[in-house]
Amino acid sequence: MRLFLFFVALAAFLTLAVQSHAQDLREVVTQYRAEIEKPSRQSIGPVIEQIAATGPQGAALLQAWGDRALGLRKSDGLMVIVGESDSQTDAVTGAELPTEDVTMLRPNSGVRGLIAAALAGNALSDPDRARRAQALDALARRGDASQLALLRDALDDPDPGLAARKARLERLLTIQHDPDPAARIAAIESFGGDTGLDFRASLNPILATRRVALETVPADANIAAELTPGGAMSRADAYAMLVAADLAPAQMTPQAERAVLAQHINQGMVGGVPLAQLGHEDARDRAWTALEQQGLVQPAASEAEVDAALARFRFLDLYVEPNADVTDAARAALRGTQTRIGFMQAADLSLDALSLASIYFLAAIGLAITFGVMRVINMAHGEFIMMGAYTGYVVQQFIANRTLSLIVALPLAFIVTFAAGVALERLVIRHLYKRPLETLLATFGVSIALQQLAKNIFGTQARPLTAPGWLDGALTFNDVVSISYIRIAIFVLALVFLALYLVIMNRTRLGLEVRAVTQNPGMAASMGISPDRMNMLTFGLGSGIAGIAGVAIGLFAQVTSEIGQQYIVQSFMTVVVGGVGNIWGTLAGAALIGFFQKGIEWLNPANTLAAQTYMILFIIIFIQFRPRGIIAAKGRAAVGA
Amino acid sequence: MSALLEVIGISVSFDGFRAINNLSFAIAERELRAIIGPNGAGKTTFMDIVTGKTRPNDGQVLWGENSRSLLKMSEAQIARAGVGRKFQRPTVFEDQSVAENLTMALSAARGPFAVLRWRPSADSDARVAELAAEVGLGDQLPRKAGELSHGQKQWLEIGMLLAQDPRLLLVDEPAAGMTLAEREQTTTLLRRLAEKHAVVVVEHDMDFVRRLDCKVTVLHEGSVLAEGSLDHVTANPQVIEVYLGRG
Amino acid sequence: MRKPLVLRHPSILIFLAVLAVFTVAVTILSAGYGTGVISTSMVKTLGKTLCLALAAVAMDLVWGYAGILSLGQMAFFALGGYMIGMWLMVARTEGIVAASLANMPIPPTQAEITQATATQIFGVVGADSFPAIWSFAGSLPAQLALVVLVPGLLALVFGWLAFRSRVNGVYLSILTQAMTLALALYLFQNDSGLRGNNGLSGLQNIPGLDGVGQEKLSVWFLWASAIALGLGYLLIAWVASGKFGSVTRAIRDDEARVRFLGYSVEGYKLVVFTLAAIITAVAGALYYPQAGIINPAELAPIASIYLAVWVAIGGRGRLYGAAIGAVFVSLLSSWFTGGRAPAIDLGIYTINWVDWWQVLLGLSFVLVTLFAPKGIAGLIRK
Repeated sequence: MRLFLFFVALAAFLTLAVQSHAQDLREVVTQYRAEIEKPSRQSIGPVIEQIAATGPQGAALLQAWGDRALGLRKSDGLMVIVGESDSQTDAVTGAELPTEDVTMLRPNSGVRGLIAAALAGNALSDPDRARRAQALDALARRGDASQLALLRDALDDPDPGLAARKARLERLLTIQHDPDPAARIAAIESFGGDTGLDFRASLNPILATRRVALETVPADANIAAELTPGGAMSRADAYAMLVAADLAPAQMTPQAERAVLAQHINQGMVGGVPLAQLGHEDARDRAWTALEQQGLVQPAASEAEVDAALARFRFLDLYVEPNADVTDAARAALRGTQTRIGFMQAADLSLDALSLASIYFLAAIGLAITFGVMRVINMAHGEFIMMGAYTGYVVQQFIANRTLSLIVALPLAFIVTFAAGVALERLVIRHLYKRPLETLLATFGVSIALQQLAKNIFGTQARPLTAPGWLDGALTFNDVVSISYIRIAIFVLALVFLALYLVIMNRTRLGLEVRAVTQNPGMAASMGISPDRMNMLTFGLGSGIAGIAGVAIGLFAQVTSEIGQQYIVQSFMTVVVGGVGNIWGTLAGAALIGFFQKGIEWLNPANTLAAQTYMILFIIIFIQFRPRGIIAAKGRAAVGA
Repeated sequence: MSALLEVIGISVSFDGFRAINNLSFAIAERELRAIIGPNGAGKTTFMDIVTGKTRPNDGQVLWGENSRSLLKMSEAQIARAGVGRKFQRPTVFEDQSVAENLTMALSAARGPFAVLRWRPSADSDARVAELAAEVGLGDQLPRKAGELSHGQKQWLEIGMLLAQDPRLLLVDEPAAGMTLAEREQTTTLLRRLAEKHAVVVVEHDMDFVRRLDCKVTVLHEGSVLAEGSLDHVTANPQVIEVYLGRG
Repeated sequence: MRKPLVLRHPSILIFLAVLAVFTVAVTILSAGYGTGVISTSMVKTLGKTLCLALAAVAMDLVWGYAGILSLGQMAFFALGGYMIGMWLMVARTEGIVAASLANMPIPPTQAEITQATATQIFGVVGADSFPAIWSFAGSLPAQLALVVLVPGLLALVFGWLAFRSRVNGVYLSILTQAMTLALALYLFQNDSGLRGNNGLSGLQNIPGLDGVGQEKLSVWFLWASAIALGLGYLLIAWVASGKFGSVTRAIRDDEARVRFLGYSVEGYKLVVFTLAAIITAVAGALYYPQAGIINPAELAPIASIYLAVWVAIGGRGRLYGAAIGAVFVSLLSSWFTGGRAPAIDLGIYTINWVDWWQVLLGLSFVLVTLFAPKGIAGLIRK
């Protein structure tokens, strides 16, 4: 019972509250009816503020007004809001009304600006947190001087996160719009080394410059840099500036000279010089001088005149911002910021390089086994990567769940390529152990046959191998440093493979036997290890890992029949640079190549082709100094190998 | 007696294993010398160092009257300076004829362009025939070296060494895998060689060394253990302990 | 007194005779000088094939004789083509530009012609002036010299670096592959100065010979290619015979032993590698005017591997084998991939050779390597 009474009381109170607002709004609207109908930018400000102060319905009215959706009913002059599909509501109470003819109010842009500002200021202190956040977002996108005041009024916020954002935004807007230079400098300095994009964006307009040519420089000019023609600025550019500003006559270009000469052809001669001779510059000059003497052409600016003109003017980059103290502070802040950004970029680049190294490592580890351990060069290794990627694609055709399909695809790719590797070893490579160079050719034959088969089966267009949703997106540390989850996953996969390889080679019977066969096949055979079987298994293992690498690579690269080709040379490089027959060498090789390539890309970001070119050149040079790779096998065996 | 080859205090290690340890050695012109020692004593590594295949970590290798250092020279330069080497396994070019093998070894200008211009002459043909006859392959000249028997390949290789006309010959286990009769012949050949050249024979087989009848150097764990006549070194108790004692 | 080279090796004489008969026969059957049984495009294909055969013979010197499996030979081939292509393109474009400017009332200056030519050539890569590497492109003798010098120098420097550090076997193969890949990637850039992936085009039009139709030019080039192949074959046969050839083959079989004979292995390899590079470059300089276009894809590592495969199928260590392999496989390839081979209808599936030729080719490499390591030439000798 009590509860019921409480609710009744509450309802009554709420109704009253709403009504009182509505009452206020009605009073305001009635009082300023004339101003609302014919608003002037100068006088409407207080009215808008009063409407805004009445509450949500007032805000709705303002919103409609600003959107030109406020009108007067033709029948009785009632103020209505026209919504979408012509529904109409009472502007004061919000009650729905039947559709009637309405005369729309059309406030000009100045008035609409005031309305928008009032709404923003209103929204900044709106009780609804989401609306406050929304208003802040809008303000961060485009704030101007008028909103700075609004923001300052609404700095207090119950939500600490929003309060911090408001404070930050207030400082940013201060930097750009505060009339007091001291306040702006203080705001700039308060950021000290901050790397946020918003901060950098707020500094950029301050440091914007324009290039001018002036005879006398005003005392209050805020000079960013002075350019000397022929130095920081080419003489031609400098003179072109003067010409563009009508400060000097144009210098004659060869095209223009020729066009003018052509207008003065007279009986096969120009200024007494026969046409046939005009294919030489000095003859043209003679003709021009002759025409000049006859008064037929204007003298063109000579070199001396150009020099004089250039000497008369000073060429300056002037800050648009007049206050030198502010620009100095901004420049200092930007410098500090850039240093920190430089470090962060280096960190970001290292992450990129790490992920590239992981990819190379994944692509190369199978090769390190077949090439490194067995000394068999398998040109079809890239095609095993391709088979793995296509396995992943096929599995996704049958299993819709991306995560599940990935879980199925990884071992399946291993099985498929393991089988392919074993078949290749049994049918071809086994017969060529004594002829390594011919293995290269035979496996190359297998490589082009497999590539064409893949083309025949899957077509030439790229097939999608989509990563599960949880691998979408990126781990973002700040505006500069981020890394996508797929790349993290590949890094982890590379680590898993490294561990797996070490465990298999050092902790299992298989690994022991493989090492035995590698080091001394005769001795191993006499101890009952079949080198034949070991070679088959090792080759299968190397190929199987290539298959898994294929699935991983397929997740971020396009799956085509050429996917393997893109990695095969780099994979060989990785193994060769790292040193054959040593997994740590492969790791070092992958890291070296990955970091080197990213490093060059950073020096010349526009050109990844150049990066690859230089990387390969680097490797060729590197091999000069360490022909056996970073981690070389030492001793007599190595010398003899 | 001035030394033709002088090796002073060389050391070399592979992965921490000291294959040669402060080894010194000298051989004079026209001297025959045998080097013996158990497996792993460093005999082959010693030859690798002298011929330039392996670089020592320490020490000096001096050559000839002017005591030129061999350490800065490539294998080919050392060979041209007059050091010839015969491997344990016969290494001849099996795809080529006996005559071609010998022609290649014949002492002449070795540069690519000189060789490109080189044409066989009556002189060179006669010299090849003479060498082939000397090693008992006079009637085998047009045959492919790969078709020769094991012993014949050894002879061919020695013939190639002779053709090179080196001042110092390093011979690695010449008797390995030979029949008794072939050993006899080899001994004679080596002793005859030593009349014109300095010869170092690395050998395992004590009987063979005894037949050579020359000064012997015993290597053990990369250093010289003893040096002198065979009887002298076999009397050395240390030698008996490490080498003969086990045999 | 010894017999001359060609008498000691009758295969040389047979090869040259077959080449001469082939060239004369094609001429008689050509559209330009004979009955027209063989179309002009076919004459060009045959001429190009002869150039490929020359590259294959040079490859055989490097691989079959010296044992260096170079997977970068096509880099030299393409460089030769680029060098002559630069002159062809400049001279021809300049002619066209001069002709178009000649109609203007005032005759053009040399600078204007050069400017317009550069804009014409480099417009596609957004440039309007000649890069420095085109300094000599206006002079035919200079570019002809560069056909030899540029690939020769590249081979010399690369070979010196690789051989002195004793990189050999599969390492060397991979390194040569890396070399051609690096060059291809470099040339793919627009600012490489060689028109990026557009390459050089219009090379079939020979400046100064506009009056001569393609049907005659194709026969001229066929003859030039045949003469180059004949001379190249003789030169390589001469190098590969005698003591130099003997040492080279010895290096292939046992490099270390050759060192102990006093030969500097590196020097020999360098001579062979550089010589082969130069011959390959000459072959390329004759090939691309017949092909009409050259672009960086020609340097892709796979092209060089194909060259190795032709030599393997033809038979290594036999110069005529290399030539036969190149002719046989490249003609067969263009027949199959040209869509002229009849499709085989299996009822449930139709084998289109355009799709299946690569598979067949790949498998035949495997079969040849496994069962006929001496290639076609090996079968001939049996």
